[in-house]
Amino acid sequence: MLVLDDVAVNYGGVHALDGVSLVVEPGSVLGLIGPNGAGKTTLINATTGLATLARGTIALDGARVDGRPPHRVARAGIARTYQNIRLFGALDVRANLAAGAYARSRRLDEPAMRALLERAGVTTTDLDATASALPYGDQRRLEIARALAAAPRIVMLDEPAAGMNPSETARLVATIRAIAATGIGVLLIEHDMPLVRAACDAVVVLNFGEVIARGTPAEIARDPIVIEAYLGTGAEHLA
Amino acid sequence: MIFQQVFNGLLLGAVYALFAVGYTLVFGVLDILNLAHAAIFTAAAFAALSLCAKGMPLPLAFLVAAAMAGIIGILLDRVAFAPLRRRNAGTLVPLISSIGVAIIIIAILQGIYGVDEQHFSNLGLDSAPAIHLGPVTFTAVEVTILLLAIVLMLVLSWMLRATPLGRSIRAVAADRTAAALLGVHLERTIAATFFIASALGGAAGVLFGLQYNSVTWDMGSPIELKGLAVIILGGMGSITGAVVGGFIIGAVEVASTAVGLSEWRDAITFGVMFLILVVRPAGIFGRRSLRQA
Amino acid sequence: MTFLADFYAKHSQLIDQIGVNAILALSLSVSLQAGQLALAQAAFMGIAAYVSAILALNAHWPLIASILAAMIVSSVVAALLALPVSRLRGIFLAIATIGFGEIVRVFANNLQDLTGGGQGLSSIPSDATTPVIYGALILVALALWLLSRTKFALAVALTREDEYAARGVGVDVGRVRLLSLALGGAIAGLGGALYAHSSFFIAPSDFGFGRMEQILVWCVIGGVTSPLGAVLGAALLSILPEAIRFLHDYRDVTNGIILLAVILFAPGGLSSFWRGRPRAPRPAETRA
Repeated sequence: MLVLDDVAVNYGGVHALDGVSLVVEPGSVLGLIGPNGAGKTTLINATTGLATLARGTIALDGARVDGRPPHRVARAGIARTYQNIRLFGALDVRANLAAGAYARSRRLDEPAMRALLERAGVTTTDLDATASALPYGDQRRLEIARALAAAPRIVMLDEPAAGMNPSETARLVATIRAIAATGIGVLLIEHDMPLVRAACDAVVVLNFGEVIARGTPAEIARDPIVIEAYLGTGAEHLA
Repeated sequence: MIFQQVFNGLLLGAVYALFAVGYTLVFGVLDILNLAHAAIFTAAAFAALSLCAKGMPLPLAFLVAAAMAGIIGILLDRVAFAPLRRRNAGTLVPLISSIGVAIIIIAILQGIYGVDEQHFSNLGLDSAPAIHLGPVTFTAVEVTILLLAIVLMLVLSWMLRATPLGRSIRAVAADRTAAALLGVHLERTIAATFFIASALGGAAGVLFGLQYNSVTWDMGSPIELKGLAVIILGGMGSITGAVVGGFIIGAVEVASTAVGLSEWRDAITFGVMFLILVVRPAGIFGRRSLRQA
Repeated sequence: MTFLADFYAKHSQLIDQIGVNAILALSLSVSLQAGQLALAQAAFMGIAAYVSAILALNAHWPLIASILAAMIVSSVVAALLALPVSRLRGIFLAIATIGFGEIVRVFANNLQDLTGGGQGLSSIPSDATTPVIYGALILVALALWLLSRTKFALAVALTREDEYAARGVGVDVGRVRLLSLALGGAIAGLGGALYAHSSFFIAPSDFGFGRMEQILVWCVIGGVTSPLGAVLGAALLSILPEAIRFLHDYRDVTNGIILLAVILFAPGGLSSFWRGRPRAPRPAETRA
């Protein structure tokens, strides 16, 4: 279980995050939405040790992870994907998966690698393919596979559906729910509202670094504060 | 005594600054550390040497040598950097490419001129009358060098600020893609940048050769590395930084000699540079954040 | 057989040089594989050369002992250097290490009593014979090959490809950089000690930026991530000046032309010909 308590991050004089609290339960999917610049990626960066907290704590299963260097946070069991894909592009699929499992004591054998690819929904089966040469959708999914390779307790997905068409996005919903079903807690940052509605058990809405709403996807879609934040006044629903 | 030291420091610093300006201009515009700059510096000095030996008046030889250096700069870009730009090779590969060109230039110079030290023979430099102005003693050549260096740097500064070409160069330095989208002719601007940077480097070479009345194939080596210290101190990519840094390093070197530490001079210069890199890599006038590439 | 014996007798110095140069090229390739353009190998080489020469001349240490001591010293110096430069990347790291090299050169020139100053040290026992040099080269190559099968090698590759993503999978990037620098320092130290014991005489000018550029050129031409390539690059460029003596003063031109040709047409170096991947791996080009 990942607990963020009153987390604040400052960049220069800007409050990128200001008093954010949320909980990611094991086996559930928490959606994190908000307009661009709301602080979503900052939140992931803060959790993975790439940004310093001005205030607040972050704990994984009771143990504090804030203040730890990024590689220690990763070893503690938090894995992530990146908004702009950050695969080890020049290396092959095999190496990317081995990278994901770097912190684990046992090496991944080939069957285990194939299983990871399947869990993440990667369509390519060639372990020797160069990562940057894979089709775009497979690259995003390979990043997910790499995150899963760490056998993490928490996975944070930063806009995994970016650039995907509706049918790929629908497949992604199944992938995400399957990940949660294995007991992993998932934090999903997304702009794609149908994906959020279908995949998430609960949603937290961020704007200007603060939480402005929480609830189920259905509740959030009807919340006038949220609608105003996204669309300005006058819109009735967030489809 | 102190005024003489100040003058010496200014003189040394002016040539360092002139050399560093070309270094930092290319870095600021293209993110490339051009290690062939010192080779061009040397080539221009030899060119001026040969032209003077054939009877050309020194001022004209200076201009021709600087112009020739500028042209070599354009060729350098065509051969060693432009192909790499096209394939997006990053910033460290061009560095190595520039080493290749530097090796070629120096080898050609060695082939033509041999390895012995050469002098500007028929200019009477060694017997130039010393001028006394209060506590300071200097020769006409030294004053000319100092003033010329300063004038050239002022002209560059004006050009970058006030001319269309200067604006294009600054635009490319700020954001290459945006500049291209806004209609700046990229390759032409880059060629102009190399011409200017190399011409200034060549000018520095001629002045340096005149200052010590010595031209050899490896005269560029110490200054190539000192130039690094200058642009790090001043801030990579900042013209003002190169100028200020040049004078500061010149002052540091003269001061080191004055307090009897002349054998440690280089260690002090590079020690300062190392310290800057550890504490504030952006230098005095550079961008605040550490460049990640 | 006598042909080989004659060949060796005529070219033994060159053959020894190739061996030493190959070791030096390997030392740089270790740093480059971690994505660090750390240009201090020549300085580490110089420090080790002086340490082993001084131990041999003044304290009459036997060869192996003086080599090991030299390697330890250069490795420790490299590790210490890694600390202040740990936040530097790309060009900045390159320049900082060049600066370090210059500072070392000045010390070597000025500590007259210890290093003989600008005159250098001579009469160093030439007991690093060809078998010793090539034995060392084989040991280094073997060690690096064994290392390439370990997790450390993966960590090195990840650090080179994308530092941030590497941290994200649990790689302690700082430690990887320090260890690769220290390892490079140790190997460069080996090269330096062997250099001292195979050239009668050493001076500060042997270990300056010119030497550093040479080592860089060998590495690039061979292919920066390929140890075999580094060795071939060193061999090729060591033989070349001798082979083209007839060009007299223009000899070095070919070095430059080869370097340019490799950069422009085969950026992965010679090794790309047997690896099939023409792309050169780019040291840490990431933005935050």
